[in-house]
Amino acid sequence: MKRLYKVELATKLADRVYEYWISAPQVARHARAGQFIILRLHEKGERIPLTISAVKGDAVRVIFMAVGKTTQELATLRPGDSISDVVGPLGKPSEIENYGTCCVIGGGVGIASTPLIAKELKAAGNHVIGIIGARSADLLILEDEMREICDDLYITTDDGSKGVHGFASDVLKKLLEERTIDRVWIIGPAIMMKVTSGVTVPYGVKTYVSLNPIMVDGTGMCGSCRVTVGKETKFACVDGPEFDAHQVDFNELMQRQRIYMGQEKVSLERFAEHRCRCGEGGGHHE
Amino acid sequence: MNGSRSTGAGAAKGAGTMSDRPADARVRDFEEVDCGLTPAEAIAEAERCLQCKKPLCVRGCPVCIDIPAFVREVADGNFPEAARALKEQNMLPAICGRVCPQETQCEGVCILGNKETPIRIGALERFVADWERQNGAELPETARPTGKRVAVVGSGPAGLTAAAELARSGHAVMVFESLHEAGGVLTYGIPAFRLPKNVVKAEIDQVLALGVRLKKNHLVGRSVSVDELLGYDAVFLATGAGLPAFMGIPGENKNGVYSANEFLTRVNLMHADAFPEFDTPVLHGARVAVVGGGNVAMDAARVARRMGAKVSLIYRRGEEEMPARRAEVVHAKEEGIEFLTCTNPTRILGEGCVTGIECVKMSLCGMDASGRPSPEPIPGSEFTLDVDMVIQAIGTNPNPLLVSLIPGLGRGRKGNVVVDENGRTSIPHVYAGGDIATGAATVIEAMGSAKRAAAAIDAMLKEE
Ligand SMILES: Cc1cc2nc3c(=O)[nH]c(=O)nc-3n(C[C@H](O)[C@H](O)[C@H](O)COP(=O)(O)OP(=O)(O)OC[C@H]3O[C@@H](n4cnc5c(N)ncnc54)[C@H](O)[C@@H]3O)c2cc1C
Ligand SMILES: Cc1cc2nc3c(=O)[nH]c(=O)nc-3n(C[C@H](O)[C@H](O)[C@H](O)COP(=O)(O)OP(=O)(O)OC[C@H]3O[C@@H](n4cnc5c(N)ncnc54)[C@H](O)[C@@H]3O)c2cc1C
Ligand code: SF4
Ligand code: SF4
Ligand code: FES
Repeated sequence: MKRLYKVELATKLADRVYEYWISAPQVARHARAGQFIILRLHEKGERIPLTISAVKGDAVRVIFMAVGKTTQELATLRPGDSISDVVGPLGKPSEIENYGTCCVIGGGVGIASTPLIAKELKAAGNHVIGIIGARSADLLILEDEMREICDDLYITTDDGSKGVHGFASDVLKKLLEERTIDRVWIIGPAIMMKVTSGVTVPYGVKTYVSLNPIMVDGTGMCGSCRVTVGKETKFACVDGPEFDAHQVDFNELMQRQRIYMGQEKVSLERFAEHRCRCGEGGGHHE
Repeated sequence: MNGSRSTGAGAAKGAGTMSDRPADARVRDFEEVDCGLTPAEAIAEAERCLQCKKPLCVRGCPVCIDIPAFVREVADGNFPEAARALKEQNMLPAICGRVCPQETQCEGVCILGNKETPIRIGALERFVADWERQNGAELPETARPTGKRVAVVGSGPAGLTAAAELARSGHAVMVFESLHEAGGVLTYGIPAFRLPKNVVKAEIDQVLALGVRLKKNHLVGRSVSVDELLGYDAVFLATGAGLPAFMGIPGENKNGVYSANEFLTRVNLMHADAFPEFDTPVLHGARVAVVGGGNVAMDAARVARRMGAKVSLIYRRGEEEMPARRAEVVHAKEEGIEFLTCTNPTRILGEGCVTGIECVKMSLCGMDASGRPSPEPIPGSEFTLDVDMVIQAIGTNPNPLLVSLIPGLGRGRKGNVVVDENGRTSIPHVYAGGDIATGAATVIEAMGSAKRAAAAIDAMLKEE
């Protein structure tokens, strides 16, 4: 009876960043830009959300950074291994229309979300400018893919090892001064979204951010993912995850992302210890 | 298992404390509180039944179980026959026997209640269902396949009941469930010490054994399009009232404030109480405030208690007005939950994390529309409770996700799907039942509405 979701391809893209293709026909069939999946690795696993980064046939691509227990365990899976549960596509799709000129910005592993959004914007007739930024050149992902989709692509690195030395916000500011931009999407760590979206405020350009609060069900049933947008409480999993950046209470989001820091550390240490005892490399064997 | 038994405190009507484990032992684990009846006790209880010619009890049961018939079989010691009689009307008897608010349903109208105590119908129902499960369950017959396809959305008590009824009528039933486990609130909401998960699983397996297909991890409206859904010969919407309400007071998004749904889901569905053996975390409050007075509030309070907290339950009306099952109010008190009635929270305090909750005392004056005393805050009666966690159990609303995506589906002011007495919606082949139609109610009402809708669906499909 148990439906299993197979890993079809697993590639390491950069330090701690992985690209996985997972077979999930019911997700692949309906997935749109801006949506995500929730997966549970096995009977004892937690449910974690990951953005749908691309779709091909019955499979969806996720790109994730191995930051804690579940993402590190996911990174041990090899092609042919199975994931116990995958549900999706979750969340509202990005609001794609022909706006004119759109700028799609990805920071770090947040770049994972940009190709689908850029592609759909392009298909809707927009002129699409991409800005992808990372701490350094070796952490930059999806450059070729984004170059192919976007009309113009800018690259930034914090250390100057590639592209513009600085942040995506610097490039965005310059662009806003030079030309008309009608819509901006920003996906990345909360602090990066906060800072970068601040840049568009004086220009009055509608800006979307994709929020990443802690989730459980992803269907609007628990309220774990609640965020404050324009003084109202919203559930990011069903009302979002994309919201009007200028209305978002980013400080509250960042505060809520830290709820389980203590327990996350315990979980990770326990996993690291378990891996040492069992030897590196093998998949999970719960 | 029936080692030591407490009689004591729970003389409340319908509170089955006779067979309860002692409170100080049960607050240390998630094992079932009520141990159930022994065969001898069940027979003795069943023998008290008057076998009324016009049994009032049956009218009190939303799924119309032939109560005198099954009780008579118990009295005769004929348990397999009792099980057959039960399952004729109810495919989830072990669940209903445990969680029905019997004092307002079957037992509330049992004729014996006028003079002495009513027959403990729920306890007998549970006894028979447990006996059958342990001795090998027998499947009811199903009709010959009709070739009609029915989609059921949601696998809570409403969805499961409709699925079972429709499968017994010979239709091909597909149940879609968005979570990774079936059962709805039975699985993610009601804790194991009240409703053991193996009991839920066994009764779900019985429904599936009728030939019902179940697709978990399928959120209809997203993983299954509305067009695909409407392509079935008939559709039954049973998506529940899972959307948690928040009070709208300052401080609600601080770390340490949970909806009861989130707290209970983390523990019941994700087993966060067994972290780090299980990966899902949950906060362990030392002093926890639970806001509300229904079953959900009692469950949240008792779960927090089992995780080691000192728990205060804050309710704006009096104890008599609490909508929770009587038995659970008694159980919660026995387990040391502090009741702060006629009290309402006004503000949650703390920098980032919760450090307290400010409340105001309420006076009961006048009557509100529902005929219940309508509480008003008493000026100047504010006080602060030092707590590090707050759980809000003030109600849930119909889940809007799917129903808002179906064009032309008539909905009421609170987002519920509008149905007639047979579960018909504004779209001809689409039916709805359970909490999505009624708003948050009870397991047995959800099942009753599902049965009526299933009968109407069956009639419609056979007419075509
Ligand atoms: C809509 C959405 C889309 C996301 N897409 C991606 C993506 O494409 N790539 C990617 O690398 N990451 C993505 N994330 C974040 C990802 O879900 C977390 O990194 C992951 O859950 C961490 O789990 P862990 O056990 O490995 O780490 P942990 O050590 O448990 O947590 C590390 C941090 O991740 C966050 N986190 C933990 N548990 C959850 C949870 N259940 N739900 C959400 N956040 C959590 C917390 O802020 C935490 O501090 C997304 C989050 C959301 C909400
Ligand atoms: C903590 C708690 C304790 C309770 N205690 C009692 C009690 O003691 N006695 C009692 O009688 N009642 C009790 N109730 C109320 C009772 O559980 C509900 O009235 C009953 O479960 C409603 O049944 P339902 O089938 O309508 O919905 P639910 O049980 O809510 O099931 C709905 C199901 O649909 C799924 N779903 C939703 N949307 C979709 C979608 N788009 N696609 C696929 N699946 C979807 C959900 O995941 C869920 O599994 C309690 C409720 C709670 C929360
Ligand atoms: S199903 Fe519920 S209401 Fe009906 S007889 Fe059983 S306990 Fe009573
Ligand atoms: S009303 Fe009471 S006494 Fe009469 S048949 Fe029903 S359970 Fe028995
Ligand atoms: S994750 Fe539960 S409501 Fe959004």
